[in-house]
Amino acid sequence: MTQQSKKLLEIENLRKYFPVKSGLFRKDYVQAVQDVSLHIFEGETLGIVGESGCGKTTLGRTILRLYEPTSGKIVYDGETIFDSEQKIAVKMLPYCRKIQLIFQDPSASLDPRMTVGEIVGEALDIHKLTHGKAERAERISKLLEDVGLNSEHANRFPHEFSGGQQQRIGIARALAVEPEFIVCDEPISALDVSIQSQVINMLEDLQNERGLTYMFIAHDISVVRHISNRIGVMYLGCLVELAESYELCNKPIHPYTQTLLSAVPLPDPKKNRSRKRILLEGDIPSPLNPPSGCRFHTRCPYAMPKCSEAAPEFKEYSPGHFAACHLLEEK
Amino acid sequence: MNGKLLEIKDLKVSFFTPVGEVKAVNGISYSLGYNEVMGIVGESGSGKSVEAYAIMGLLQSPGRVVGGSVTFEGEDVLSYDSRQMTDLRGNKISMIFQNPMTCLNPVYSVGNQLVEALTCHNKDISKAEAKKRAIEMLDLVGINNADKRFTQYPHEFSGGMRQRAMIAMALICNPKLLIADEPTTALDVTIQAQIIELMKELQKKTDMSIIFITHNLGVVAEICDKVTVMYAGHVMEQGAVDDIFYHPQHPYTKGLLRSMPRLDEEGHERMVPIEGTPVDLLDPPKGCSFGPRCEHCMKICLNNQPPLVEVGEDGHVSACWLHVMQARKNKEAGK
Repeated sequence: MTQQSKKLLEIENLRKYFPVKSGLFRKDYVQAVQDVSLHIFEGETLGIVGESGCGKTTLGRTILRLYEPTSGKIVYDGETIFDSEQKIAVKMLPYCRKIQLIFQDPSASLDPRMTVGEIVGEALDIHKLTHGKAERAERISKLLEDVGLNSEHANRFPHEFSGGQQQRIGIARALAVEPEFIVCDEPISALDVSIQSQVINMLEDLQNERGLTYMFIAHDISVVRHISNRIGVMYLGCLVELAESYELCNKPIHPYTQTLLSAVPLPDPKKNRSRKRILLEGDIPSPLNPPSGCRFHTRCPYAMPKCSEAAPEFKEYSPGHFAACHLLEEK
Repeated sequence: MNGKLLEIKDLKVSFFTPVGEVKAVNGISYSLGYNEVMGIVGESGSGKSVEAYAIMGLLQSPGRVVGGSVTFEGEDVLSYDSRQMTDLRGNKISMIFQNPMTCLNPVYSVGNQLVEALTCHNKDISKAEAKKRAIEMLDLVGINNADKRFTQYPHEFSGGMRQRAMIAMALICNPKLLIADEPTTALDVTIQAQIIELMKELQKKTDMSIIFITHNLGVVAEICDKVTVMYAGHVMEQGAVDDIFYHPQHPYTKGLLRSMPRLDEEGHERMVPIEGTPVDLLDPPKGCSFGPRCEHCMKICLNNQPPLVEVGEDGHVSACWLHVMQARKNKEAGK
């Protein structure tokens, strides 16, 4: 992706806290997304990776404002749709035509009492995109064919399909309104290995045909590496590193990205035996009470006294390669 | 070490459901030596877990072993009665599961459960001694402050810690065989790496054999010596780990390896998926179960099940008609 491309989506210092009751009058907050700033170019795929609880799903949903952001700014296609400082929060319905979401668990995200035709057609009705029954039916069968199903499937119910096919229905539903931007939230994690690549190829084809922009959220870094132009790595609500896919996987500069990459088992016995692993101590701390300063300092092999005091700034270290680490600042 | 710890011959397991017989495991055979790690790979529904449950005698109704034999240390395990089986389970063969939270009892402390596993099989061990041993075990699996953790309950442990506690419980009686059913699937990659390193280390220390069931080929490459690839209840290919990864023979194994996105790939190559959908076990194909999805499918594949053919050294076998055809061609050329 060239740098000249237009920025489709920009977010600045986006923050999402979830309140939890911890006493009669006390409220604590789960700091799910903490000051994330990034932009997505038109036509590219931005991958977001991280372990469970790192806030990657919350980030995706907050961008769609399925969760109202706590603070920060979201700009879509030059129009501000949310700004906590200027108190802007526009109605999302017109933007729902442009931004869509694909969910992780296909069986849970499809209404079991609706037929496939109704599921896919619902969005068409909401946005009044078709006139008359015949046109609607035609659109639905065209959509189903686009995702590799056939038009007779419209009268069936979701439980009659396999997991891979259900995910295709979810994708057809997202495509129904002809969106520009799709947030794919772990779209293939629930699928079998042999089906995963079918769905990935289909997503790539759809992107090429329709010029879609993806934000691809997943925990499996090899999948994200395959499909994304750029990758962002999240840890405990913070974006710690962002770079072009190849650069990030081959020259990671943040210690967390380095450990994450070394932890991935490769389907290559000889390489596994020869490479050295960086093993992390312990588990991810609770986002309810995150560590002070850099959130990774409790597990970081290179932690310095400074790391527990101040949060590192998210800066550009080489063109297009961003990271947040005190170690890099000192170099 | 020589000899075979576990030998499975033509094992068949069926589930008798109201809509018909589901042949979950359809005649699989393999043997496992001492101090060996065997990986069983397959997608969901390939029968990899069911086969392990059959070895452990944990099959639940309507599931039943309908044929074949399981020999553990020279004894036929399938003929054991329930008392003998209880004696074997947890003592000589242990199992760890995918989701540790559902396997640990939430109302007993972790220490209590460890002690129970120990005293079940060693009636004459004293309480103090059992506790000491349990704390040692927690320490061995890398749980810090083991004596404090001993009194805590499963919900106070994180996912990775619970899996460690499960491993401690499985190993407390020094079993000869550990069956690990997707032990790292529910964990994050960095925690998965910790658990794999731990299992490798423990395997070396205790000289046990492991059957490692997973769908993740990366994990298999990491820990296993031998691999069995399963599809729809059949063994597709079997061999040493290097042979399977560098010289796969069966179209399904090749397809699986090709369809995986790899972290070390150079540039962007389009993935080659395996077309079609997984087998409906209620109505399996008459011939090779992979036939309908196979790019090399021939007429014979649709009607007859392929035999396991030797295709390399170290017991590298593969069940595909292509090998039979190839062998026939070679023979003719030789004449």
